[in-house]
Amino acid sequence: MATLTQSYALTADWRDFLALTKPRVMTLVVFTGLAGLLVAPAPIHPVLGFTAILCIALGAGAAAALNMWWEADIDALMKRTASRPLPAGRMDAQTALHFGVGLAFFSVVLMGVATNWLAAAILAVSILFYVFVYTIWLKRRTPQNIVIGGAAGAFPPVIGWAAATGDVTMLPVLLFALIFLWTPPHFWALSLFVRSDYAKAGVPMLPVVAGAKATRIQILLYTIPMSAAALAPWALGLAGTVYGVAAALLSGAFLILAFRVLASRAAEPAAMKAEKRLFAFSILYLFALFGALVADRWIGA
Amino acid sequence: MTPAEQDEVRRRQRSRAVIMAVLLGAFVILVYAISIAKMGMRG
Repeated sequence: MATLTQSYALTADWRDFLALTKPRVMTLVVFTGLAGLLVAPAPIHPVLGFTAILCIALGAGAAAALNMWWEADIDALMKRTASRPLPAGRMDAQTALHFGVGLAFFSVVLMGVATNWLAAAILAVSILFYVFVYTIWLKRRTPQNIVIGGAAGAFPPVIGWAAATGDVTMLPVLLFALIFLWTPPHFWALSLFVRSDYAKAGVPMLPVVAGAKATRIQILLYTIPMSAAALAPWALGLAGTVYGVAAALLSGAFLILAFRVLASRAAEPAAMKAEKRLFAFSILYLFALFGALVADRWIGA
Repeated sequence: MTPAEQDEVRRRQRSRAVIMAVLLGAFVILVYAISIAKMGMRG
């Protein structure tokens, strides 16, 4: 058995290790982390800023690898994930576990050494939260899985801010709330049109458990506080007019698309135009909002 | 293992070793740059 495991470990291609870190998810994590770092009032040395973002990316990669290590059994049952390195049999589970744990420790220690230990501690908490609270505890148990799990994805701007300033104040907390409230509508829009897959794997996604109608209502219900969180930095005077206008326009568009999803009666994924549009827009929304926040800070400075 | 499989394993080992070497080299440069940056902040 040992030799079999070893031969597997040796034959895993480097691209499989890269795939284990979910590079596409990482782009949003890196972007929001960078935004948190750039809007922080304390300037950070470019090398240390680069290292902080690198650590956030590596930490996200570690969390993704550990997520795939734990979920290989359900990934094998879903079309979207069946070709990942573990379910496809290109890598053995132990290699993925060692890679994930090693990368997690490396990213946290490097963050602590390069910036400060508060940023490192928040990074560690975000990895542990994603792996233990979301992946292991909640994902297979409750349709509220991604509501709580979304918190893990909301940490990067807080980490970026903490890396630059050494503390956490109101603005990074609001950015955390924004991503936290953004995750459910973003993810539930996706889960509406890939529902059949989740059902097959027995993951209690909201459309599987409560039906499409309840999911569409929930999407709108989360969009309202999300918009409030998006406008809060401007309302509290923590961001300027440029951000305020961008937040109002983008959130308005998000609300309109969420209402269209609510009005949609489509039952087949192919007919779910409104749902697909909301999902695509939700990604643009977060990029544009954080971009506006950085632009606002630079224009104001 | 067939000879073809063996060749494939060797090829992957080689590419992994090259990438590991590049990453280690990059890490050394990064630690050096961090050290210089931190010393610059104190001075």
